[in-house]
This record gives sequence, C-alpha cells and structure tokens, in this order.
Amino acid sequence: MKKKATEIDAILDRYPGEPRYLISLLQDVQAEYNYIAPENMTLICDHVGVPLTQAWSVATFYKSFSLEPRGEHEIRVCCGTACHLKGSERLAQSLERDLGVERGHTTEDLRFSLDTVNCLGACALAPMVMIDDDYIGGATQRGIRKYLKKI
Amino acid sequence: MDRVNKAEDLRELRNRLIAAQDTSRPVVRVCLGPGCLAQGADKVAGAFKKAIKDRGLQADVKPLIKETGCHGFCKLGPLVNLDPSGLFYAQVKPEDVEEIVEQTLVKGQVVDRLLYTENGNQYQTASEIPFYAMQQKIATRNLGLIDPILLEDAIINGAYLAAAKALSYMKPEDVVKELELSGLRGRGGAGFPTGRKWRSAVDAAKKSPGMVYIVCNGDEGDPGAFMDRAIMEGDPHGVLEGMLIEAYAVGANQGFLYVRTEYPIAVKNLKRALDQARDLGMLGQNILGTGFDFDVQINRGAGAFVCGESTALFSSIEGKAGEPRAKYIRSVERGLWGRPTVLNNVETLSNVPVIIDEGGDWYAHIGPANSPGTKAFSLVGKVKNVGLVEVPMGVPLSRIVEDIGGGVPGKDHFKAVQTGGPSGGCIPYSLKDVAVDFDSLIKIGSMMGSGGMIVMDDTDCVVDVARYFLHFLEEESCGKCLPCRLGLKGMVEFLDRFSRGEGSEEELDELVSLGEAIKDGALCALGGSAPNPVLTTIRYFRDEYLAHIVDKKCPAGVCKSLITYSIDTDKCTGCGLCVRNCPQSCITGETKTPHTINGEACVRCGMCLESCKFGAINVA
Repeated sequence: MKKKATEIDAILDRYPGEPRYLISLLQDVQAEYNYIAPENMTLICDHVGVPLTQAWSVATFYKSFSLEPRGEHEIRVCCGTACHLKGSERLAQSLERDLGVERGHTTEDLRFSLDTVNCLGACALAPMVMIDDDYIGGATQRGIRKYLKKI
Repeated sequence: MDRVNKAEDLRELRNRLIAAQDTSRPVVRVCLGPGCLAQGADKVAGAFKKAIKDRGLQADVKPLIKETGCHGFCKLGPLVNLDPSGLFYAQVKPEDVEEIVEQTLVKGQVVDRLLYTENGNQYQTASEIPFYAMQQKIATRNLGLIDPILLEDAIINGAYLAAAKALSYMKPEDVVKELELSGLRGRGGAGFPTGRKWRSAVDAAKKSPGMVYIVCNGDEGDPGAFMDRAIMEGDPHGVLEGMLIEAYAVGANQGFLYVRTEYPIAVKNLKRALDQARDLGMLGQNILGTGFDFDVQINRGAGAFVCGESTALFSSIEGKAGEPRAKYIRSVERGLWGRPTVLNNVETLSNVPVIIDEGGDWYAHIGPANSPGTKAFSLVGKVKNVGLVEVPMGVPLSRIVEDIGGGVPGKDHFKAVQTGGPSGGCIPYSLKDVAVDFDSLIKIGSMMGSGGMIVMDDTDCVVDVARYFLHFLEEESCGKCLPCRLGLKGMVEFLDRFSRGEGSEEELDELVSLGEAIKDGALCALGGSAPNPVLTTIRYFRDEYLAHIVDKKCPAGVCKSLITYSIDTDKCTGCGLCVRNCPQSCITGETKTPHTINGEACVRCGMCLESCKFGAINVA
C-alpha cells in the first residue's frame, strides 16, 4: 500500500499544479495502474486544482480512460475503414462470443479486456488486431483463438 | 553532438558529419514503418544485428544497420534496402537474413529470390519499380531513408538547414510571403491556404500584443489513414523544423504537438527528437544566436475523433473535454487560452522546410494552380499494392489506384474509392479520371480529407460502408449540438433499417433531406461533413440502396440480414473442419459426405467461410 502511495506522488510530481495538466496526469495514471481509481482521481484533482466533477467529465469524455480495473491482457480489434472492409466486425463479434464479454468490457477473471479502436494506423495489413503490444496483421477468427490460447 | 550557435555552425557540422562518413561502409536499411513492423520487421533488424555480430563483420565490412520509417510499399514488408548497391529486398523474414549477410554483404552478390517481381520483370532497386517511379516525395522525403533515432542522419540529409535559412537570413514577413507564394493548402482536410492562415495570426497578434501559439495537429483521427503516423515516426525532425519555421514566421515562442495516443512510437520518436533538437540548440533560447526563443511541448490525445477539430483540440490541450465551439471568432484570432493560435497538420508542416529551401515559386509549379504541391495518401483496402504513396496533386484517381496501386486483385476494376475519411465520400469507378485535388473532389461530393484512400470492390456494400461511417460519427459526436447529436442518430436508424431490407424509397429521400439539414445546422466540421458518406453513396449508388429496400437483397453479400450461407455440395469434401469451428453448431453432415448449414441457427459469423479450404461456402 505504501509503495503505491509513493508511486502516485511520483506521477503527480511530473507536472506543475495547473489545470492544463489534468489530461496528461490522467494518462500517466491510466498507464501506470491500468485504470483511474477514485482515490487517485481525487489526488489528481487536488494537485491540478480542478473540481472532481470536471475531472469526471474529462475522464468519461475520452475513450482512453477507464474508471474500472482493466484486464491483464488488452485485446484491441481495429475497426478502421480498411479493417472494416476486411471483416473486423466479424472478428470483434467472434471475440465477444469466445470471451463472453461485450466490447469495452473486461472478463470476470480480469484476464482479458476487449476493445475496438478506430484505427491503429496499420491499414496495409487489415484486418488488424493488437493484443498487448503485438500487432497481428491479416487476423482471422481462428488465428486469434490460437493466439489467445497461448497466452 | 556540438551545439550550434549560428547558421554557419550548422552547415559546418553537417560538412563535418558528411566528411566523417565512410562511404565504403554498406548500409542496411530495415523499414520499421507501421506496415513492416506489424509484419515482424523488428525481428528482421534484430537478426541483422545478431548475424553481423556473430560473423564479426563489425571489424572489416562494418555494415551499418538503420531502422528507418515507412518506405511506403507496405504490401511487400518487411522491406530491406541496401546501400551502396541500392538493392531492394522484399518480404524479408528473419531466416533470410543470414543469406543476405553472406551473399550480399560479404560477397557482393544479389539474392534473386528476395527481389521484387511484377509482370515478369524483376527489379533490383526500388526506384525502378513502377510503384515508386510514379511518385514524387516531398512531405515523405526522408521516410525510409534516415534512421529517426539518429540526429546525425537527419542533419546529413539537410535537417534544420531551411530553418537556419529562415531564422538567419529572412524576416518573418518574408517567410509568410514565401508560404503565400507557394500556395500550400492545409493537408489536414479543409485545405485552407497555409500562408493566409499565418498572415491572419500575424495580423491578430498585431491587434492584441502578447503570446502567440502554434499547434501541430498529429491527431490523425480518420480511420484508414496513416500518413501522419508515418511522418511523425520516420522523420520527427522534419516536423519540428516545420514548426520552428512557422513559429518564427508568426512570432510564437511556444508550440504544442498534439499526437494520438494510439501512436506510441510516434510519441517516443518525437520526444527523443525534441531532446536532440534542444541539445543541438535548434529549440530553446536564442536559437542560432538570432535572439529567437521557441520550444515545443507534446500533448497526447486521449482517443476522441472530434479533437481533430481546431477548437476541440485546443480545449483538450487546455486539459478539458474536447468540445468544439462556434467559430464566430476564428481560432487563429482566439485559440489556446484566448490567444492567437495557428493550427497546422503534420503533413502540412513537413512540406514547409522544402518550400523555404526551394522557394515558394518552385512549389507553386507542382500540380494544379489551385492545389499546388504533392499529397501523401494511404492507399488501402481492396488494392494490390497497399501502402503509403505521395504524388503531385491533380493526377487522375486511376493513376493512383490502378497504375501505382496495381488495381484490385483478381478483378477488372474497383467499385468505388472512399476518400476523406468519415467526412468524405465514395467515388464510383465511372469517375475514375477525376483529378485528385481539393476542388475537384469537392465538386463530385467527396473531399480530400487527410489522405486516406480506401479502395472497394464488388464484395463491399456501399450501404454497409455508409452505415459504418455513420455509426462511427454518432459514437464520436461530442453531443454539444443537436443536429449532430440527434441527427446522426436518426441517420443511423434509417441505415440500420435499410441494411435489414426495411424501409421505402420515400425514406431514402427523407434520409437525404435529413443529411442536408445536418450539414447546414451542425456546429463544427465533424457534424457538418458527417452526412457526406451517405449522400455520396445515395448519389452514385442509388440502385444498391434500392436493391436492399425493394428487392431485399445485398448485392455485395455483406449485410447480414439479407444474406444466407450455404454449402456447395460439389465442392464440399466433408472434411468436417467447418463443423468443428462453427460456434452455433449448425453445420451437420457425415464425414466425407457434403455438409449442410441450418440457416435458422446460423448467425453468419463467417467462421465456416474462413476455415473452408475448398471454397465450398457460398454467401448470397
């Protein structure tokens, strides 16, 4: 518990206490903890001097913030235009079936979080699925299944 | 590296670096662009390093490995370029590396099997390949050439020389004039003349003395576009140099670079480049001894498409939710914290150093008078040569898609090309000769947008594509103004119904009228251009809409409610693979006899289609 407290302090110290650094701080906390816990949100608000309501409005406006703990592995199905034409919707639906969660959610055992993203910028290899830091180009339903079994 | 204190220092530094280069050293350039990276280029680069170390080549042959930005021909990735031979190897796998090192680096021979072959011609170097030969690179000039991690590499290739010229030998006014002369128009989508924008900022600052800000928009939100990602990753100093020149021209001391959070490599490379530029003395206080101060801060986007809109982007930099505001007063007059702010996109800014170098007049003579210069496109979808291309403005669409792109694999021609992202439209094959420039595309109902070019063939349904974009936009609408918040919802409902074979021809006209109303009424460009994908597809593909509504058929075989999966009994061998993969367990049949699909239970997931090795699954 103590370790965690120093870590959040270290993150807060990266930025001056001004409202304009709210998003940067939320991003750093999200990156560190995988989500923004209520107590961290309060600490951020105190640091940059914005009301909690405003921070909630910002955290819920942007897609990249999560207010709930995320899974151990992040699965991101690219649903950019090129990927859509090459069947990304089918990939997303098959993952929803296999994992038993809807997109935007995390499995109960906190193993996987399933998301769709607008574009990963690797359109040449559509359809693209990103699992943690790995790009999987030309993804197929079966290929993804196999990949998930390995991790 | 030494700090440069005046323009002359930079030139001398460059000369020293060039002189210190050992030109006999072989250079291996491994493309680490978005496409190649996703195909394992990092492993190829690692294999080169290992092979060279294992063979002890550092001592005599001393090959130099460069991990470069996007070389463009993503379809053939991972790409490897060798100098001084100029050899171009395609689809290189880690296991090929040993052979390249042995044959090419040690013996100086060509590995034929890794060369690119097209229509029976084998090409040794990239410049001979038609895909490259028809391009002209300005904004993407350094991609694939330099290692974005190495400042020396950038300097040898001329980085910051144009900035030195501008800061040391030109007045800010001259820089603005040069941009006006060039006719450069913003590459982010709207195509507003860059020089005029800078001029407005200068005028606004005169009226209200104080801080002026510049912002570089790297929030490449259009799905299907990756030009800016490639530029930021592959030539970060080119972007910073453009920003520096712009800052000098408009008198800004602080710049912001707003980069999509989905582009972590771009953020990393830009951060490193920022530190390098500060150490070099090209950012910070008293740049090149001219008394001009300028620095840049990187802001990561947080996943909101609407932040491509200027006022929303500014809100985001200020730490707020990215909602746009009505632009009664333009953002160039009142932007960040109420101060004059110039917003330019990554590709626009990476053109600027070349314009200063070569002169505005030179640039103005490339392409048509109203849309001068070149434009980078991400050519993706159902096209043979997917990749990043840069061509002069005004070339016919067919040149890009068919000559450079090689057309649609296995088909006579494309069905439509989608340009301009969610704000653009679908251009039908009948307009294949339209000139690709800002004004010509708007005339036919589409737009240039940021440069995504998505090729569709007859297995792509235009109703589905329109529905896809509208779902996207409805999701991304910030919700501030009613026409966009509720209007797009309404349009989505129409399209959802059409894709299920419901609706009537009258409803199609209602949809058009709703679209027109949103165009007139929405607060910002996101809403104002949102109906475009629907309106252009209805304009050019009305028959296909009617096929859905009246005939209850999806000719392309995409819309789930209107298609059925069946098994071709002649082709089915009864191998049972589809049975094992079907999530609905709705395929039955004895082993080694043709199977059948129970249509009632089928959810049309496509699993059988994907797994069948005999092409026995029909979709109609």
